[in-house]
Amino acid sequence: MDSMPERPTDNQGGRPAIPAGMDFDPARFGKFMMSHGHTGFIGMQYQSHGDNWVELALPWREDLVGDPDTGVLASGPIISLLDNATSMSVWALRGGFRPQVTLDLRVDYVRAATSGKTIVAWAECYQLKKSMAFVRGIAHDGDIADPVAHAAGIFIQVEADGWARSREAEA
Amino acid sequence: MNDLADRLPPYARAMGIRMNGMLDGAPLLTMDFSDRAMGRPGYLHGGAIAGMLEIAAIMALHAELGEKGANVRIKPVNISVEYLRGGVTVETFARGQVVRAGRRIANVRAEAWQADRDKPLASCWMNFLIKPRKA
Repeated sequence: MDSMPERPTDNQGGRPAIPAGMDFDPARFGKFMMSHGHTGFIGMQYQSHGDNWVELALPWREDLVGDPDTGVLASGPIISLLDNATSMSVWALRGGFRPQVTLDLRVDYVRAATSGKTIVAWAECYQLKKSMAFVRGIAHDGDIADPVAHAAGIFIQVEADGWARSREAEA
Repeated sequence: MNDLADRLPPYARAMGIRMNGMLDGAPLLTMDFSDRAMGRPGYLHGGAIAGMLEIAAIMALHAELGEKGANVRIKPVNISVEYLRGGVTVETFARGQVVRAGRRIANVRAEAWQADRDKPLASCWMNFLIKPRKA
């Protein structure tokens, strides 16, 4: 990198991996997600979606554990799952892909996840504005009536320029 | 110091999060950029940042509890993450600050930054439940 931009989000040097305004197919995006970056590393999987909601899953894995004594998953991967599920619910409701970033995300861990069980996150966009999207989600390990975590967050729409950076721009 | 590093959970190790001494009285964590932390191309995933903030908060609480920590279990109750800047493909630092550690509840804040500590990527507050460890 030649120089560090003062605000990395202002970087104009890259090009987005997915063009803004492109149709959004959660199932196709899910396949991409499973094989790339952080989502691929932790093993996130697409399950289903509707008009304004998306459901993703995260199978239990030993190296994602937060407490070796109990085998309970760390909360980090659960936040990642809720972040992606809520983010994708916005695109599902918009009916198209638009670059956005997380403004804030709050997660309440209502109980410990059961060791060995897959975590499922169901998330919806409950209010969509021109520049902001309000989302909420629930993570559970088999029974949505007995959740592991609740999430609430806000995404902000941003310009496509600089939203993502190509490998060449980083070199 | 080594004892503290031993408390890094498997998830932290998998993500490449390491203890890097103390900064202003609290453990300093570092994480090299890698594909396993990447979200949108060229940037850190928000969940990877939040995960690192949580580890920083947990390690700060372990450091604060010291000897007492051996007899208690700490459970995260909730977290609120505020994202301030995109994280780029360089090393990331994080540090927690225990605001209050009471008998049952601990309130902790954490910040993550890259080249410049005065320009944080994200910050969070977290609440923990402190429970006696069963014999």
